[in-house]
Amino acid sequence: MEGHSQYTPKSGFARWLERRLPILSFIHDSFIAYPTPKNLNYMWVFGAILSFMLVAQIATGVVLAMHYTAETTLAFDSVEKIMRDVNWGTMLRYAHANGASMFFLAVYIHIFRGMYYGSYKEPREVLWILGVIIFMLMMATGFLGYVLPWGQMSFWAATVITNLFSAIPVVGPSITTWLLGGYSVDNPTLNRFYALHYLVPFIIVAIVALHVWALHVTGQNNPSGVEVKNIKRDTVPFTPYATLKDGVGIAAFLVVYAWLTFFVPNYLGHPDNYIEANPLVTPPHIVPEWYFLPFYAILRAIPNKLLGVIALFSSILITAALPWLDTSKVKSALYRPLFRKEFWVFLAVCIGLGYLGAQPAEGAYLWFARLFSAYYFLHFLVILPVIGKIERPEPAPESIEASIAHGETSHV
Amino acid sequence: MSEAHARSRRSVSSTKGWSLAAFGIVATMALVAPVWAQQEAPPSENDQVAAPAAKEKEARHESARHEEKPKRFDWSFAGAFGRYDKAQLRRGFKVYKEVCSSCHSIKMLAFRNLSQPGGPEFSEKEVEALAASYKIKDGPNESGEYYDRPGRPSDRFPPPFANEQAARAALAGNYPPDMSVLAKARGYSRGFPLFLFDALPGFSYQEHGVDYIVSLMEGYENTPPDVKLPEGQFYDPYMPGRRIGMPPPLSDGVVTYDDGAPQTIDQYAKDVAAFMMWVAEPHLESRKRIGLGVIAFLLVFVGLLYYTKRKIWSDVPH
Repeated sequence: MEGHSQYTPKSGFARWLERRLPILSFIHDSFIAYPTPKNLNYMWVFGAILSFMLVAQIATGVVLAMHYTAETTLAFDSVEKIMRDVNWGTMLRYAHANGASMFFLAVYIHIFRGMYYGSYKEPREVLWILGVIIFMLMMATGFLGYVLPWGQMSFWAATVITNLFSAIPVVGPSITTWLLGGYSVDNPTLNRFYALHYLVPFIIVAIVALHVWALHVTGQNNPSGVEVKNIKRDTVPFTPYATLKDGVGIAAFLVVYAWLTFFVPNYLGHPDNYIEANPLVTPPHIVPEWYFLPFYAILRAIPNKLLGVIALFSSILITAALPWLDTSKVKSALYRPLFRKEFWVFLAVCIGLGYLGAQPAEGAYLWFARLFSAYYFLHFLVILPVIGKIERPEPAPESIEASIAHGETSHV
Repeated sequence: MSEAHARSRRSVSSTKGWSLAAFGIVATMALVAPVWAQQEAPPSENDQVAAPAAKEKEARHESARHEEKPKRFDWSFAGAFGRYDKAQLRRGFKVYKEVCSSCHSIKMLAFRNLSQPGGPEFSEKEVEALAASYKIKDGPNESGEYYDRPGRPSDRFPPPFANEQAARAALAGNYPPDMSVLAKARGYSRGFPLFLFDALPGFSYQEHGVDYIVSLMEGYENTPPDVKLPEGQFYDPYMPGRRIGMPPPLSDGVVTYDDGAPQTIDQYAKDVAAFMMWVAEPHLESRKRIGLGVIAFLLVFVGLLYYTKRKIWSDVPH
């Protein structure tokens, strides 16, 4: 998609700057002239929503950091001070905490959209893998941030998660001690988690830049899964078409975000996190934030600790291998009669795992969790490769323009 | 080609049926699993001898399973338009001051908070007088000594005990929790699918904590004959484990109300729970007020953007 820039500097200053640093033509090519497929539906606004959320989280987070104290005896009270005595503190903290949830909600929709329309397939493998890296960094950031308020769930989540590393043979305990800065979760842990929670988002910014770069090289996928053949006929310029559509998406998303932040701010939190961390009292059920629940269910489904930890990390890493596990040459599920149905089963299994992750790991819950975990891995390792071989895809349209002519878009 | 396409369009609509079926299975599982989980046979005698930890876990689970779900009460601060009832907050403060404060600290509450907007809104004069009636430890002074002085509005409420050990020594080993955020630190799950409704506009339910607190305070019962409680413990079906170290704190007529509200356990419990909610969430009113403005603005903004977008895309087949 990258060609010679169409940008012509209009003012004298722009001409002067363009000869020294072609940043204006870069912006023009990336956000104004950049060709976007005409047939994108609203599932494609989540990239813009995620960019917005990243900025929103950094903006609220930086202000919160000005008032937060990373010290075990002061952390909990400093968060309450933000809630009580800092101007706009209640709104900032709730916006940041719920912002994490909204960020994950958007990223999950973004990922499942990519899976449904085969956005990971050739030539977008690197784009997809960069996305998996961003997702893992987001999980790290979310976990680190959850520890900072130093409530009971913060403390015990930190204990459980750092304890996972002790399952690694031979070096496990040393790694755990190194991560914690001691033999248990304590002040050094809180300090380093705070430092890392501030650092990792900026690494995310850097990887997002690569992600967008890769996107602008290959161009966007689209609901038909057919590559752009004719820029004039198949695409529209990013501005004003995609800018406005993304704007609608972001604003609509903000309505939900604002509802959560202002009216049900503690809905996604756990009451125990309003109890200050106490190493001597273990909560009856240690539950992670909702966005980790499917992975937590997979971890607990396996009776052996080391195997459970391996399953947990594989369940995330396996998505990076999707471009090679999916053997079908057809991108979009719209033209894949078998995958189109199996996708919904897979989605239901993921949501089911999320539900099970919040339940005690016993009895029927545990067996369902095992069943669903098995299906999760089967989906990637067996079902996808096999479906690609046995499925007889329906004919895809010859071009995006033809797909529009057949009325295969939402028209909204 | 176009016929093949028509076929594919038909099968696209059948996808919807599939997605519904898949979610139906998950929903059924979510509803059935808890029942099934409860019917699991208890571990055999041998298991319990072999694994005391498992036995203890089972016992803990047994008691946790049987606590009762709190009752629901009406709260003036519930819902998108909810606001605190100032008279109720003042009564609740009186209950706290005359009953709870002898054991429970409320360390994040400053006297000045009582006159802030969105709370009980006592006058500044009243707050000054109230603060002055407390002794606050301060110092060191010029001679290096700590001393007591009358409280000022900027001071926080002094705790009833100097530390946890002092509280436990005085209260038969019990340590009453600080009340500053207690209303948010307690809750319960309404289970699937009701918990999904708790977040929705019109259904939103965020008052789990206060409902639990009122249920607990009203819920004391005589210990059933088959239950053995340790010395100094009381029977309350709403408490996890059904036993609580706090003696029944309220009785009819124990606090005198000046505004004609009924002087009953029921009323005291609701008033003090509302007060605790305010202490835990002192900016609830401004949060909801600002939220209404934000949502109203965003809805208009979405509409404007949407129609602008339609206008712009109207010349492009898509």
